Amino acid sequence: MTGGDQPAPAGGIDKLVTGIPGFDAIARGGLPAGRTTLVAGTPGSAKTVFAGQFLAAGIRRDDAPGVFVTCEEGPADLRRNFGAFGWPVDDWEADGRWVFVDVSPDPDEETVEAGSYDLGALLARIEHAVERSGARRLAIDSLGALFARFPDTRQVRRDLFRIAARLKALGVTAIMTAERETEYGPVARHGVEEFVADNVVILRNILEHETRRRTLEILKFRGTQHQKGEYPFTILPDAGLIAIPLSAMELTQHSTDVRTTSGNEELDRMCGGGFYRDSIVLVSGATGTGKTLMATEFTEGGLAAGERCMLFAFEESREQLMRNARGWDVDYAPAEEAGNLAIRCEYPEVAGLEDHLVRIKEAIDRFRPDRVALDSLTALERVATPRGFREFVISLTSFIKERQIAGLFTASTPSLMGGASVTEAHISTLTDSIIVLRYVEMRGRVHRGLAVLKMRGAGHDAGIRRFSIDHRGMHIGEPFRGVEGILEGHPVHVRQTDEDA
Amino acid sequence: MAQEYLLRLYVTGQTARSARALANLQAICEEELQGRYRIEVIDVLENPERGEDERIVATPTLIRELPPPIRRIIGDLSDRDEVLHGLELVGPGQREPLQ
Repeated sequence: MTGGDQPAPAGGIDKLVTGIPGFDAIARGGLPAGRTTLVAGTPGSAKTVFAGQFLAAGIRRDDAPGVFVTCEEGPADLRRNFGAFGWPVDDWEADGRWVFVDVSPDPDEETVEAGSYDLGALLARIEHAVERSGARRLAIDSLGALFARFPDTRQVRRDLFRIAARLKALGVTAIMTAERETEYGPVARHGVEEFVADNVVILRNILEHETRRRTLEILKFRGTQHQKGEYPFTILPDAGLIAIPLSAMELTQHSTDVRTTSGNEELDRMCGGGFYRDSIVLVSGATGTGKTLMATEFTEGGLAAGERCMLFAFEESREQLMRNARGWDVDYAPAEEAGNLAIRCEYPEVAGLEDHLVRIKEAIDRFRPDRVALDSLTALERVATPRGFREFVISLTSFIKERQIAGLFTASTPSLMGGASVTEAHISTLTDSIIVLRYVEMRGRVHRGLAVLKMRGAGHDAGIRRFSIDHRGMHIGEPFRGVEGILEGHPVHVRQTDEDA
Repeated sequence: MAQEYLLRLYVTGQTARSARALANLQAICEEELQGRYRIEVIDVLENPERGEDERIVATPTLIRELPPPIRRIIGDLSDRDEVLHGLELVGPGQREPLQ
């Protein structure tokens, strides 16, 4: 979207970008413009960050002022918390683009209730703040705090309905956050969905097998399109929420068409000129098929091309890794000494997967590599729940892509001869390319086969090629002829036809 | 002994509820604080900044500015006992403590 806080038309109702990467794709453009959206979640589900990020995006992208009505935390806390995400709220307040309406209770003051009341003053203050600042966006965080403070629930509901109606009349796009008691229970407490029923987003923070998992779901957008289902998201310290639209991932524009070498000339040819610079390649195969070698060639190829490379090894000790490399005529030491290569060897069990993720990200941001190899994902899978593992891959993948780093991950298949690896099944939708390595038994002999299964947005050699490994590395040869079922692990000889030849 | 009371009543607009709150307050003050109270009425619709400064959310809100400490009472002040309690015009022995 360019210029002004102009909503993007989508299915009849205009949308306003939230600035939450991924969410806007899931929401087919953003939040319904000029409406109020309820953002509901259990405590700690990042509702406040969501609301703050929505306002920050308005200011950053469209220079559109925003009003933050805080009912729980004081403005000082929010300035500090939002500042940590890189949103300079105090600067924005100073130039009038961010306005707090402070509705947080004063802990030193006791309030006595003596007769009937309404929230007329809150409405008046909100209207005043919107008119004074020319706000296009507004957040109220959170409704639960209001209900906790004012016991007349029916009155509070009525007043919130009035506020939502008034905001609509003012053409303001608003978020109201609300509390939930359970992750898969009623939409929100106090029946708040009744007055902002048109648009509901649910944030979840699930503890599962001792692993925390965050997801968001658009429950409904009345009269307009959105993606259905739960999508994982993470919170990055310097950026806020990042949602990962799995099925929408293919929609994202790739910023580069620059090719980079796989480290193997023949494989480059099979891929139509090498890997894409910002692409993630998954190498899948049984033990000993050559996955670590591919990671080695990938790294060596990058170094030869003058790139900075990182290698994360979770299966072998440093000594073993160096020895393996030397066995393929690769010496890592000079590049490491020159500061062009960083090798990190760790046993998966030394930390939880989330800690590994943080360490990997920190290491990458410190070293700033052009390419990263990770050997192997399967080793890391051992220390995670299936969902936790998937999120790890999602998070790492998007992190690497954002930085336009080329990535190569390896994964082990459980059986020697074929079949998809568990890892592969989990993450194949997340990677741009998949290369499978297989043992192929033919006429009493075991051969090695390699196939490029998927290559993002480009043609590639679809054949299954023989390859061999010697002290110089991997040599990719001719396609297998007259055999089918290699990938499934059940090669069957078929009569050759002219077409195959 | 005779303490001066400064009471600010925040309302939104000339509504029946606003009028009722002021009338209730005046009646209580005449009975309990004759000659030693002052009432200021602030309409938040006309003075939103005042509402902002005092962080008024519900209206009517009565704030006892003097004597310290500051006390807040919300509602139309029709519950006389609660108002007396809120203004600390009843001794602890004369009334059951809240909750």
